[in-house]
This record gives sequence, C-alpha cells and structure tokens, in this order.
Amino acid sequence: MAQTLAQKLVARAAGKPSVTPGEIVTCKVDLAMVHDSSGPRRLKPRLERLGAKVWDPSKLVVITDHYLPAYDDESRKIIQIARDWVKEAGVDAFYDAQGICHVVLPERGHLRPGMFAVGGDSHSPTGGAFAAYMFGIGATEMLGVVVTGEIWLKVPQTIAMHFDGALRPGVSAKDVMLFLIGRFGMDGGQYQAVEYRGPAIRALSMQERMTLCNMTAELGGQTGLVASDEVTLAYLGKGDVWDSDPDAPLLAHHRFDAADLAPQVAAPHSPANTRPVTEFREKLDLAYIGACTGAKLEDLRMAAKVLKGRKARTRLLVAPASLRDQQAAEREGTLGILLDAGAELLANSCGMCAGYGPNLLAANTVTISSTARNFKGRMGDPAAQVYLASPYTVAASAVAGRIADPRDLLA
Amino acid sequence: MKAWVFGDNVDTDVIAPGRYMKFGIEEIAKHCLESASPAFAREVKPGDIVVGGRNFGAGSSREQAPEALRHLGVAVLIAESFAGLFYRNAINLGLPAVVCAQATRIRPGDELDVDLELGRVRNRTTGETLECEPLPPFLMTIVRDGGLLPHLEKKLARTT
Repeated sequence: MAQTLAQKLVARAAGKPSVTPGEIVTCKVDLAMVHDSSGPRRLKPRLERLGAKVWDPSKLVVITDHYLPAYDDESRKIIQIARDWVKEAGVDAFYDAQGICHVVLPERGHLRPGMFAVGGDSHSPTGGAFAAYMFGIGATEMLGVVVTGEIWLKVPQTIAMHFDGALRPGVSAKDVMLFLIGRFGMDGGQYQAVEYRGPAIRALSMQERMTLCNMTAELGGQTGLVASDEVTLAYLGKGDVWDSDPDAPLLAHHRFDAADLAPQVAAPHSPANTRPVTEFREKLDLAYIGACTGAKLEDLRMAAKVLKGRKARTRLLVAPASLRDQQAAEREGTLGILLDAGAELLANSCGMCAGYGPNLLAANTVTISSTARNFKGRMGDPAAQVYLASPYTVAASAVAGRIADPRDLLA
Repeated sequence: MKAWVFGDNVDTDVIAPGRYMKFGIEEIAKHCLESASPAFAREVKPGDIVVGGRNFGAGSSREQAPEALRHLGVAVLIAESFAGLFYRNAINLGLPAVVCAQATRIRPGDELDVDLELGRVRNRTTGETLECEPLPPFLMTIVRDGGLLPHLEKKLARTT
C-alpha cells in the first residue's frame, strides 16, 4: 500500500512495516529538544518526584533561548536551572545563548531525514523541513519522553499543499504560510501532517523550507514536512531521500500557482487575518525582524535587499535568530546594511516574539513583525496592534513608515 | 458545574499570557483568560466547565495554559475542536477535554453534567443532551490516574 512521507516516518519510529492513518502507535524518539522555559525548570522537579533519569542523554538537546538575556531574578534563575541541570543529567548537547532552538538544532547538525523527533515548543514542526517527523509537546509529555524514550501518536493523514511555478521576487515562504493560514484558518491543518510540494517548494533554500514547516503550527498541523532532496543533502552533507509515494492517499490536495502569490500581511489579532499587502496602508510605530520564523540568515538577507542604501523611518529592531547566522550576516555585509539603515540589534533569542523579555509593546503601539503570531497581548499590552509580514515587507514598511509593498523597492 | 463560554481560536496567550510565564502557576492563573473575560479567574468556581468553539487552545506548547485552568478548579473542557497540542497537554495534566460538535448550543451559566466515557453532556438548564466524542480508553486511563505524571508513577512502581 502506498504510504505518505508522514506514514513512512511514523512507521519507522513505531518499528512497523507500514501504518494506517487513525491508528494509534507508540514511537521510539530519536531526538528530544527542550528550551529553558519548557525544559529543565519543569523537567527537574518531576524527574525527582519520579526518581527517574533521562532515558538516553545523548538523544536530548537543551537550548537556552526564551529568558535571554536574563533581566531579573526570575529569568536568571530559570537560565541557571538549565545550566546546572544539563551537567547533572549528563546532557552534552547544550547550546547556551547560541540562538533560537528551532534554528540552532539543524544548524548544529542534529536533524537528518528519516528521524522521529519531539520538541518542547509549538514551533517544533520546523524540523520537518529536513524530512524528519518533528512536533511540539508540553512539559509533562516531554517528561514522559525523557523517562521512557517513547510517545504515542495517532497516525496522521496528510494534507498536500502543492505550489507550481515559482515565487515572484519579493515573495517568500512567510507569504506562502500567511496565505495558507488565511485561506484555511488556524485549524486548517486539523492536527494532521501538512506536506509542502511542487517546483516552487523544491526551489526554496533550507531556511525558507524551515519557515514553511515552522508556521504549520499556526496552520494547525501536527507537523509540516518537505521531502528531502538534493537541497537537503547539500545542506547536511549527508542523508537519504525520504518522500511520499506518488499515489499515497491524501486527506486533501491543494494546488496553487506560486506566481499568483503577492506579499501577504496578517492584521491583528490572528495570523489567519491575512490579505495582500496592497490592501494595507497603516502607519507604524515599530518594525521588528526577529524569531525562528523571521530572522534567520535568509530572512536578514531579504530585509537587506530592501534596506540597502535606505533609511528606516520607523524604529527598526533586529534580533537575528542565531549567533552563527548573525556572524555570517556580519561577514557578508548583510548586517552592516541593516545597521546602516538604522536597525537596532537585539540578542539572539525569542525576545519580543514570545513576550517573555523586558521589551514589550506598549498599548496602542502599531508594529509590523516578521514573527509567527499576533495574538492579542502576546508581544505586550493587549491593546498593541501587531501586523505579521515577511522580512521583505517589514523592511519596506520600516522605510515607508507605514505598511508598504516591498516589490516597489525591489524593482 | 456552571459553563463559562468562549468563542473560536481561544489561544494560549489569552489562557496563559507570556508576560507572566516566568512566574509559578498561582500567578499565571490570576491572569487566565483575562483579555477575553476579566472576571473569569476571580469568579470561576471549582467544578465549573469551560466551553470553547473551534480550535480551543491554539498556539503555544506551554502547558501552563491547561494547568492554569486546572489550578482554578475547572473540571472539564468542552469544545467543538481543540488545538492538538493543547489537547494532549490537558489530558496529560488530568484535565479532560471533550470534543463536542454541538458545543455552541451551550450558553454561559448553563448547568452541565458530563459523562466522559459515554461522551455525553446533559444540559440541566435546557434539558438538552449533547452527543460528544467519548475519550479513547487509553486517554481515559491517564485522566483517571490524575494525569501522565501520576500515571507514570504508578507504572514505574509496578515495574520496580
């Protein structure tokens, strides 16, 4: 029987030749990732209560990214627990202040096609860009994984999002996702697997594919997947091709022409509140380029293409998603372009996106942001207005002082 | 068993706002659902039921969202549908989440009786019975044990 990529990945982890959608299986976990907020601070007391140890410390990756830079007693304590606990638990793969977990994990070579992985964060589907089955779980469920090395799963059906043609200049993976979330809603993914396919997807770099899979969380899928191909293998320097069988049954198959897609903007307070950028002219107080979904090296490059030789009229904040990406951006001159345009540089952490840090949006502040969520109150005051858009659009809007179409500046 | 009714796509930032996440559950719970219903955290009574529309609990993996509801004494969640990650978290914390296609028929303040195993909600205020999806038996076991942590405790005690 023909199998989807999701079925193949789950079957391997479940130790079965094949699996059927709807079937409940127990999967062996190849890799578990946690960050400072959902990880050690919550795992440690529970492990102690159980008198249990980490099932396999070599399969656990711990990354600090939420409460950095620490700014008060609570955040310092949370970070310190992570630093102390990895030693206690014998975890070698500990990345402290190196950037956001979803970006650091593949950057340091922890993901390979064919893996089955879980993360203690809702944006964990990002790993699906590497044809790994990866999804987010909460801290108690992570405790279950950390103690047993296993997790239950209802074998998902697959929704295929097929993009023919090629994206136009100034249009990116973020626009694809905002469009899909607007079209299908925040529960469009029905907690199934969403597989991105077609020539327009194949043409995307690994970091752009990560953006697709990352925002599968906002589309309501359990995971997002892109089959591995020569782009994946070139990035990793190794690995196998994992793909769906062409005739594998799907829950739905949606087909689009990528060339039809304009830059998209999601208005407050939902990523599903999306329309083409041409329908917006709102004046802005702030432009923010940050987060796992919007400040990777590729994202910084997009912003730089727009900002080169220009000045931001609004305050522009840039929080590169990882230290390595920031260093690469610095070496190649991308970072210099952003700074010349007036950008203020923030730490390589989740920062304002999650509303965890000291920089929170004040009431009625109007912000355009390359992050994933504009839920009411997420980035600060519930009366703050957050618009989501691609790094291209955020940069063009910073220059105009109002929401603006980046295609006008890229021409 | 009084119902508190909310709409579609109630997200985890509304249930457990990020800016309070550095604190313990006591403090987070005080702000639970405050931007949707400022009175909720103050006035909800142990045994009350929270009712949502579609995709209740969308967003973050933070289990402080269902934990805050449980901390306030919420006994059961009922929604047309739940965000998958939130659903798993709720069950793992021993807070039953019932999928009920007819959840929108419930009005604020209705008195409800919920049978988790049969998947049935009786509305004592209207006399109506709503057919829902019963909780799968293996998830029912986790709920009955009080969540995944006590469930694991029992399991580990058996094996040692």
